Amino acid sequence: MTFFAKYFPNAVTMKSDFIQATGETFYMTLFTAIVAGILGMAIGIGLIVTQPGGILENRAVYNILDKLVNLCRSIPFVILLAVIAPLTRLVVGTAIGTTAAIVPLVIGSAPFYARQIQNALAEVDHGVIEAAESVGSGPIAIIFRVYLKEGLADIIRSSVLTLISLIDLTAMAGAIGGGGLGNLAINVGYSRFESDVTILAMLIILVIVFAIQLIGDLLARRVDHTA
Amino acid sequence: MTNEAIIQLKDIDVTFHTKGQTVNAVKNVSLTVNRGDIYGVVGYSGAGKSTLVRVINRLQRPTAGTVSVNGQAILNLRPKELRAARTKIGMIFQHFNLMASRTIADNVDYPLKGGSLSRAERKDKVDHLLDLVGLTDKASDYPAQLSGGQKQRVAIARALANDPEILISDEATSALDPKTTSSILELLKRLNQELGLTVVLITHEMEAVKEICNKVAVMDEGAIIERGSLVDIFSQPKQPLTRDFINTATQIDQALVKIYKQADKLDLGDTQQLVQLQYVGDQTDSPLITELYKRYGVVSSILYGNVEILQDTPLGNLIVVMSGEPDKLTAAWDYCQEQGVRITHLKSKNSEVA
Repeated sequence: MTFFAKYFPNAVTMKSDFIQATGETFYMTLFTAIVAGILGMAIGIGLIVTQPGGILENRAVYNILDKLVNLCRSIPFVILLAVIAPLTRLVVGTAIGTTAAIVPLVIGSAPFYARQIQNALAEVDHGVIEAAESVGSGPIAIIFRVYLKEGLADIIRSSVLTLISLIDLTAMAGAIGGGGLGNLAINVGYSRFESDVTILAMLIILVIVFAIQLIGDLLARRVDHTA
Repeated sequence: MTNEAIIQLKDIDVTFHTKGQTVNAVKNVSLTVNRGDIYGVVGYSGAGKSTLVRVINRLQRPTAGTVSVNGQAILNLRPKELRAARTKIGMIFQHFNLMASRTIADNVDYPLKGGSLSRAERKDKVDHLLDLVGLTDKASDYPAQLSGGQKQRVAIARALANDPEILISDEATSALDPKTTSSILELLKRLNQELGLTVVLITHEMEAVKEICNKVAVMDEGAIIERGSLVDIFSQPKQPLTRDFINTATQIDQALVKIYKQADKLDLGDTQQLVQLQYVGDQTDSPLITELYKRYGVVSSILYGNVEILQDTPLGNLIVVMSGEPDKLTAAWDYCQEQGVRITHLKSKNSEVA
């Protein structure tokens, strides 16, 4: 512990703050991942099935989804946080705090995830879809038994990517009042010139990111039977 | 083999519009396939044959025309009815189109999911299908572990899962080597005989047609330019394109090139003629060459000979140099025609021949 006390003189006194901040980061990440995951998955599937040549081709729906995703994706997250504050207040009653951060986080990450899902599902061989149609499969069966099954390895890889970028976003949301490790690193470590706090917060985030990447890679490799 | 029509395509047009361009992929095609047929549709790539057969199970909706399968008007079906109809029309593809994430058994089981069979019944069915195509030991492997021929067998088992009466084969052997191609064709033939399966076989290889089909249609630029029974088409092709396909299949083209070279050296005089003799059926067995010598003193030296057995009917091709007095040659010529042998005078150097 002496090594730790020597190089992290401020952080060592803030054990409970770090535990709380890590918990907040997990809380924001988990809830956003669930909500944005469902939303993004639905939009991504919607894009793939309604696209020209898709199994439920529908130009109007495709264009609306496509434009919506592009629109949300082009707004820088820091600005998005401020712009949708009224909406956040409407949904959770306040624009400040960990729970309030979930609203902009969902809006910031769901479109990104939708695009990732769309790309992952676009990799599913069209011939396989055609084969499924030829044995009498309907759209629902093709979505669940072909697209999601055949695209699973890529879906896992995309989910890992989205989750990691989501942790990035939680740090940013934290910095403007959402709490979590980002808040600790910036509002405590950076503002008070206690750079050891900033570095420790960063290290914890790195460990979380590496862990997610490792688990994701293992899972993806397990379900991938292409080679 | 009955004469009951199982597939009837009438006046089918398929037109694609892409970026201001209009492509008439299929033009006013009618096609009738009878129950128990193995119907070959031959053509070069881009001839519209894949588009045409996709009309049968409505993977491709035609711009105009009517489609009747097993008495059902396919184009009028609602989505649910169409899905039910499709379970009775199996299809296999050039690139197999298996699901990489599923085991072999699971791939074959796929069409049965959501059906009326219990889990145990499905397993029995899958076991039976894998046995039918000879892949029982591969049940728990994944497609990536299989060879091309094995993958196509899995695809066939999958296509047969719902006991279809029709199997559409879309260039199913085009990505396979010749030996594997033969074994897949043999399997199709066996399924045709044992299960009474009607097969529509699309291919650009006349060899495949020659091996198993009883009827052939030749497609070019979206239209069927010639059709008929295999033996008729092979013995009396009318269109140049059909002849091309047949010559490639019988390898007579390569033989002719060599023979022409040789004939130039032979320096044939008035008493010699280079001719091609073609005969169908029983005539194959009759000693034509001997008869020509006995009757007319005409000596025939054989440069090339080939007998194809199509649908149990022998089809012979001989290229010979006939030597004899000019009037005897004419008599020999007449005799050949009397015997029902098609005789063609081959002129050396780049002449057009059948």
